[in-house]
Amino acid sequence: MNKNTKVTLLSCVVVFAALSPTIGRINPYYFDILIGVGISLILAAGLNLVNGHTGQFSLGHAGFMGLGAYLASALSLGLKFPYFAMPVWEGHVGWYVFKALSLVLSVAINALFWLHNLLVPLAASLPGWGGFLLALLYGGAVAALAGLLVGVPSLRLKGDYLAIVTLGFNEIIKVIIQNAEPLNAQRGLGGMVQHTNFFWTFAFAALTVYVVGNLVNSTYGRGFLAVRDDEIAAEAMGINTTKYKVLAFVLAAFFAGIAGGLYAHFKQFIHPEGFNFMKSVDIVVMVILGGMGNTIGVCIAAVLLTILPEWLREVSHYKWLPAWLQEMAANRMILYSLLLIILMLARPQGLFTGWVKKKGAA
Amino acid sequence: MGQKEGGRVSLLKLDNVTVQFGGLKAVADVSFEIRERELVGLIGPNGAGKTTIFNLITGVYSPTAGRIEFDGKSVAGRRPYKITARGLARTFQNIRLFPSMTVFDNVRCACNMHLRHGISHALWRGTKVAAEEARIETDVMELLEIFGLAGERDLNCKSLPYGDQRRLEIVRALATRPKLLLLDEPAAGMNPTEKTELMKLIRFVQEKFALAVLLVEHDMKVVMGICERICVLDYGQKIAEGTPSEIQSNPKVIAAYLGKEVE
Repeated sequence: MNKNTKVTLLSCVVVFAALSPTIGRINPYYFDILIGVGISLILAAGLNLVNGHTGQFSLGHAGFMGLGAYLASALSLGLKFPYFAMPVWEGHVGWYVFKALSLVLSVAINALFWLHNLLVPLAASLPGWGGFLLALLYGGAVAALAGLLVGVPSLRLKGDYLAIVTLGFNEIIKVIIQNAEPLNAQRGLGGMVQHTNFFWTFAFAALTVYVVGNLVNSTYGRGFLAVRDDEIAAEAMGINTTKYKVLAFVLAAFFAGIAGGLYAHFKQFIHPEGFNFMKSVDIVVMVILGGMGNTIGVCIAAVLLTILPEWLREVSHYKWLPAWLQEMAANRMILYSLLLIILMLARPQGLFTGWVKKKGAA
Repeated sequence: MGQKEGGRVSLLKLDNVTVQFGGLKAVADVSFEIRERELVGLIGPNGAGKTTIFNLITGVYSPTAGRIEFDGKSVAGRRPYKITARGLARTFQNIRLFPSMTVFDNVRCACNMHLRHGISHALWRGTKVAAEEARIETDVMELLEIFGLAGERDLNCKSLPYGDQRRLEIVRALATRPKLLLLDEPAAGMNPTEKTELMKLIRFVQEKFALAVLLVEHDMKVVMGICERICVLDYGQKIAEGTPSEIQSNPKVIAAYLGKEVE
């Protein structure tokens, strides 16, 4: 990441900050799409670190996003978690193992709840966007912690197996939220103040691209690529592959958590089904289409794939198009899938791979 | 530090090392020693356990029994990257460069553990980072220049000719600043001219960087030509050790390679 990129990203943030107050005047529909673009950018740039650069196929990115969304919302809504004790099981001696485990688990979970409950009054006491920012970072931190937990199995699993584990993790998060009464369970959580605006969304998007880009292009960052290329050779060259894999997961999860918080404070209503497997697939598609490990390509793909389904909606109203084309565009999700298939057949290496040529690659 | 023997300090010491895969003893009670700045060869027929010994020393496998000491400390069962950090670098039998990276980046990767700033600095690209990156670039370019690869710095490593890829692997290993370099069949697939150049290169590396080298090789011309001492393995056991001329006349070695004379 050279100086130019730094300047570009910074000027983006400044422009968006300046635009932010005037944004009330633009069409709310376009506003919605633009915020969606920013959130996709954060998600895709983060996942690119895991799936693209480090070569660990994660299919559970929406799980981290959901965690961030729910916990950030809980904090800004002032929801507290009630402490709980694990049920005591009756039975023979063999159960002691489970009893001990459940004790450890309940202590750990209660400790997290205690921390959350401590933060609630603090967030409420902060004026204006202070509480929002704290909620975002908190959501990111919780997601990062979850990333650490998922990063550990990735040390033993590769390829399809890791994909299934992360997919399972995604479902576990969803099911836990669906059953978590303090988070309004299956009814969905609403009532957050709409703090998310142009500035916050694109500031965090720029931050994500900046941090991931910096890291990957540094000498440390070559370690991620080394892990992807050849783990045995990487270890032999003094690279701690464990550290790199876990770090990739933790960072990606952190940014996904932030994206979730932004999403929650924009839509003002979140539902567990919004963070299911399909959402994860959407993000993975952005990474694959942009070209795994190609930061700029993935960013372009994130923008395109967020706009495309909405644009197809528009196409069905273009009067100058032949009727059959309009009709086809009306079934836009079919057309969208078809386009993905065509793109993958035409450019399996990613849409933008080979477009960006510069020293040191990526 | 190890004890002094023959004037030079002992660097790597294998003490009755055994490794078993199920019922198969791939390496049985092997002991040998490499002293500082010594060029040692490890030879043996196919399947004798040479590469297994390499993998034991570098931490890819851990021994079933026995001790492996490097620089006075036990390294048996340690993670490979920790062993590399102690000063032991290797190349691979079938070239294992990082295929998606350029020549420069392949070597830069190996400088990873010499960075003096933390990963958090890399995230923000703090002031320390630029200085460190510049230092590493100088180091890497210096190495590449020594081996005549500086002109190819921005080429993808896979586009290099075979011999250069082998050379690059050695450069990459040297970038970890080792005290002992392990070369796993560096002459494999090379033509006679390339082999002669390789021999010169290994000697040059050993003198220039003051290294000890352990060489696993099938090509007798290479091994006999440059090694000070040779260890011979057969069926996982050490059958002989000595200078090249001693090994050449050792009946056990001749039997292992050519079979016994029919009486």
